[in-house]
Amino acid sequence: MALGRLSRKALLGLGGNGGRLGIGLGLVRGFETVTLPDLPYDYGALEPAISAEIMLLHHQKHHQAYVSNYNKALEQLQDAISKGDVSSVVKLQSAIKFNGGGHINHSVFWKNLAPVQEGGGEPPKRSLGWAIDTQFGSLESIVVKMNTEGAALQGSGWVWLALDKEGTKLSIETTANQDPLVTKGATLVPLLGIDVWEHAYYLQYKNVKPDYLKNIWKVVNWKYASEVFEKESP
Amino acid sequence: MAALLAPVATTKPISLPCALVPSTGLHGNLGSPRRLQWTKKMQRLCVRKAGPGKVTAKFELKPPPYPLNALEPHMSKDTFEYHWGKHHRTYVENLNKQIAGTELEGMSLEDIVVMTYNKGDFLPPFNNAAQVWNHDFFWESMKPGGGGKPSGELLQVIKRDFGSFEKFVGDFKTAAATQFGSGWAWLAYKANRLGVGNAVNPNPSEEDKKLVIVKSPNAVNPLVWDYYPLLTIDVWEHAYYLDFQVSSVIIKGIVPAFPYSHLCRVSRLRGRCTRAAFARISLYARNFIVYCECFSAD
Ligand SMILES: [Fe+2]
Ligand SMILES: [Fe+2]
Repeated sequence: MALGRLSRKALLGLGGNGGRLGIGLGLVRGFETVTLPDLPYDYGALEPAISAEIMLLHHQKHHQAYVSNYNKALEQLQDAISKGDVSSVVKLQSAIKFNGGGHINHSVFWKNLAPVQEGGGEPPKRSLGWAIDTQFGSLESIVVKMNTEGAALQGSGWVWLALDKEGTKLSIETTANQDPLVTKGATLVPLLGIDVWEHAYYLQYKNVKPDYLKNIWKVVNWKYASEVFEKESP
Repeated sequence: MAALLAPVATTKPISLPCALVPSTGLHGNLGSPRRLQWTKKMQRLCVRKAGPGKVTAKFELKPPPYPLNALEPHMSKDTFEYHWGKHHRTYVENLNKQIAGTELEGMSLEDIVVMTYNKGDFLPPFNNAAQVWNHDFFWESMKPGGGGKPSGELLQVIKRDFGSFEKFVGDFKTAAATQFGSGWAWLAYKANRLGVGNAVNPNPSEEDKKLVIVKSPNAVNPLVWDYYPLLTIDVWEHAYYLDFQVSSVIIKGIVPAFPYSHLCRVSRLRGRCTRAAFARISLYARNFIVYCECFSAD
């Protein structure tokens, strides 16, 4: 290919999370674009914790916009690289970080949730359950801490339960806007991310963010978090 | 009350110890209590505010200058009821709680915003104080049957600084639509300021005085850079989500609702524009006089 094929790793630029989490990728014009992943459940499956309307808009409008704008930025990036246009390459970084981050974060978020009848809200068992008990005392204290951080977060962002894969240490982190967790540390892996953008709850909870934060735990998929924990722990 | 006064040496006429430390437990990321860095300007402001007759017990939620359904279809009554009745109210209530018993109590809102911004190292009341100011200002930025085009000197200055009115509107919409997260888009007047933070131009010239379009994240507003805001649009999702879900729709609707004609009262932008003069001629005189008097008192 005339322009040379950029490696996926170089293009993602935000760490290897993309591939590992099974984000859809498609090859177009010499670089790999991303595609909107399907939800692993129906839009209405998380009700009453999260309404079908929110899930539909969140997935089809918001996540789709991050996917489209990320791909658009990649195309512009490839163009700028091929022309040796350094200032355009630099200018594109913010759009790539924002939209690429939005894609990474939402791809994790959908897997972090599950309908109640499929195990949503069931506390973590096995090694993640032990790690939580050892490091935080109880699951309840993680819930309280993450809810406090989420309620206090000014503006848009995410609250994370993170695993430092170099030492099996768990921590609670927040990131602004669509910054993915990896911006807080190269060895951090997201076990659970909670979207605290207003679009994640506004149609249902309006200004009462604490109620959203209280209810989301009823549909948290701890099984997924445990799998990631077991895979990533040394 | 957790907020504390840090002891500082005071000269005779100053009754107020001009120092703040953050309350404990409000914001973990503020770290250990520290003293505000006092600039000369802030000290002056503080002395001034310590004078008699300036004490208001607490801030009140100001109603918008029109009924809550008056901006339909651009902004629904439902949205307005939440936006003003819940969000704006919560900012006011939380601010009052945060400043009660501290030396911020009794200061003007503008002073609190600028002081708690603390050169980007926010003190705890900053977000609430700035959001109260921003929302007061946002309601003033719109009016039923607003829109149209400015005339006179404002139009000339817009043409001078943006090329054309249409170009300005386009750039303003783009700024509002490309805020990566919650925040605000502003039209502001920048007098003798460099484009870097709040850097003051050591060699000020007439060329430095111009209109600019700026974006600000979360609660930040251009007062903290010492710019004069003229117009704003709230691009937090709560501002449009109930009505539109997609930001570009409200931006299309709201931008034409701005009462540009009122802004025409802002004259002499090109000429001699002291803070006090600007305050007197501004549409938002009420806000600015408070803000500007403090700084032009010398
Ligand atoms: Fe989201
Ligand atoms: Fe708002």
